[in-house]
Amino acid sequence: MLSIKNLHASIDGKEILKGINLEIRVGEVHAIMGPNGSGKSTLAAVLSGRSEYDVTEGEIIYNDKNLLDLEAEDRAREGVFLAFQYPIEIPGVSNINFLKTAIGEIRAYKGLDPMKAKDFLMMLKEKQKLVEIDKALVSRSINEGFSGGEKKRNEIFQMAMLEPKLSILDETDSGLDIDALRIVANGVNKLKSKDNATIIITHYQRLLDYIIPDFVHVLHNGKIVKSGLKELALELEEKGYDFIKEEEEVEA
Amino acid sequence: METVTKTSTIKDKLIFEFETSKLFLFGDTKLRDQAMDSFCKQGIPTRKHEEYKYTRVDLMLKGEFDFSTNKNCSDAQIEPLKFLKDAYVVVLENGIFVEGSSNLQNLPQGLTICSLVDAEKSNSPVFEKHYAQYADIKTDPFIALNTAMNKDGVFIHIAKNAIIDKPIHIIHISTAFENTIIHPRNLIVVDENSQAKIIESFETMDSTAKIVNNALTEIVVDKYAIVAHYKIQDEKELGYLVNTTQVIQQKQSVFSTHTFTLSGSLVRNNLTLVLDDEHIESHLNGLYLTAGSQVVDNHTVVDHRKPNCNSNELYKGIIEGKSTATFNGKIFVREDAQKTNAFQSNKNILLSQEGTINTKPQLEIYADDVKCSHGSTTGKLDEAKIFYLRARGIGTINAKKLLMHAFASEVVDTIKIPALREYVEEKISNKFE
Repeated sequence: MLSIKNLHASIDGKEILKGINLEIRVGEVHAIMGPNGSGKSTLAAVLSGRSEYDVTEGEIIYNDKNLLDLEAEDRAREGVFLAFQYPIEIPGVSNINFLKTAIGEIRAYKGLDPMKAKDFLMMLKEKQKLVEIDKALVSRSINEGFSGGEKKRNEIFQMAMLEPKLSILDETDSGLDIDALRIVANGVNKLKSKDNATIIITHYQRLLDYIIPDFVHVLHNGKIVKSGLKELALELEEKGYDFIKEEEEVEA
Repeated sequence: METVTKTSTIKDKLIFEFETSKLFLFGDTKLRDQAMDSFCKQGIPTRKHEEYKYTRVDLMLKGEFDFSTNKNCSDAQIEPLKFLKDAYVVVLENGIFVEGSSNLQNLPQGLTICSLVDAEKSNSPVFEKHYAQYADIKTDPFIALNTAMNKDGVFIHIAKNAIIDKPIHIIHISTAFENTIIHPRNLIVVDENSQAKIIESFETMDSTAKIVNNALTEIVVDKYAIVAHYKIQDEKELGYLVNTTQVIQQKQSVFSTHTFTLSGSLVRNNLTLVLDDEHIESHLNGLYLTAGSQVVDNHTVVDHRKPNCNSNELYKGIIEGKSTATFNGKIFVREDAQKTNAFQSNKNILLSQEGTINTKPQLEIYADDVKCSHGSTTGKLDEAKIFYLRARGIGTINAKKLLMHAFASEVVDTIKIPALREYVEEKISNKFE
């Protein structure tokens, strides 16, 4: 589904990603872990199409398409979803109007007829229940005055509504208390299927207790320095990121 | 003879027109003479005039002008302008009250609507008490000019304790085949403990020439009265509008004003609220959407004269193309006006490199126990917000539209008449297309 080869990316002339290689197949959950500044969020930003980042080398193939050729909105229409680390507040645009517009454009892109108002409302209700988000939040402006946890939950709600093929959760666990974390993880698990894939970007192992990854990758200094099965996350938690850094130094 | 026409200025022409026509105008010639005298002293403001430096009304008044107020429009043309189906409708064509086109059957008890000329002729004591008492001819040349030269307009009186359920819609239609200056004049008196909603819409129709509309409305809000006043300014390319609204508020009254400027080559609003007693509440809302080479200028004054009053002002604008928008908001808090709360905010989005926004809050506070604040921002559409929307599959154009609607909605949502809000929302949507 997603194939990243030798990806180099920089911002303002400073290289952040220094040759990422990653293969993700349909139905898989990959966790990308790493210390602060290792390039985790940059990878998410490049995948979602942020224009501040320059890709200087390498390629990203997503379902036989060159992802880097697509505008951010077209990536979303093709089924790529980024749950933002810091969701944006947009006063004056209601969540409902926002989702209606987004679904309308995605369907138009795919050559589908507009969704009937009744079907949209039913879907809204169903997904609301699925991700356990308060009805009152849904009818408000996008993230306006939401708590940190409410914003993260709203990201997962949007994900549920848009039914993406590839979801990238960028530090979705940060700032969540354990109850909120469980609800968010629960939502993600319910949305997981054999037809989609998930990338979980996180600093801590805790989220991975709730969303079990198939693979864990450690990102350090712009490269994936170690990949393994879910046990790798536990090892990292135990030893800290320093052991990765030490291993690197030994190799060098 | 030829040289005279060539060198005579617009001021000379206005004086000449005044002298030859004043005997045919209604009412007190003495007041008109004083007003013309005051206009002559003040003259047409140029860019050296502090209050008009960003808005070149002198350029607007260049060229030949006619002073005819002939009726041109048919009922079929006027009908679509009556966008509120359930309202008392007053039609003013070039400032002249057109009874035949107005819908004033079955006025409820306590509501009087007639032409200004009729109000004066019938020796209405309300008219006599309030006419030309608030808009001061010495403070502004357009007030002076209107007071000297107005021919007609509408007089609305809402008697004590009356609650007028339906909105009153005044439609100002400008129509001209030659460059014209008109001076519509309205007086609205809302008596003690009564309530009303009044809409003034400004349109041009069936015109082939430039029309300068120097419209003036005085509004008296007596004690305990509640009045909402809406202005929808949509005069298109041939329309030039100088719109003075002068409001006096008495004890414990509530007045809200909502100004929407959607089109017009040049629009200058002079809005003044005088809070002349205690426990008054005032809301001033405005939205201007400018494009092309439009010039829109909102000058507002909130004059807190007595203690314990609240005023809240919010003006927002979206500026496109080579257009220029100006906001000048003055708040006076007089020595007596302790415990005043006065807030003001002006926010702008500049969509183009060539657009200009001049914003100037001006607070003059002479009392010491008050809460006042003002703020002004100008920026572009927020890239982070645009990206967030795009990341969900919404294209850049629609993302920008959503954000512009969101920005405008804060002002649009202050409209309390659903049909009017829908009308304005649709106008705004069309502008964003």
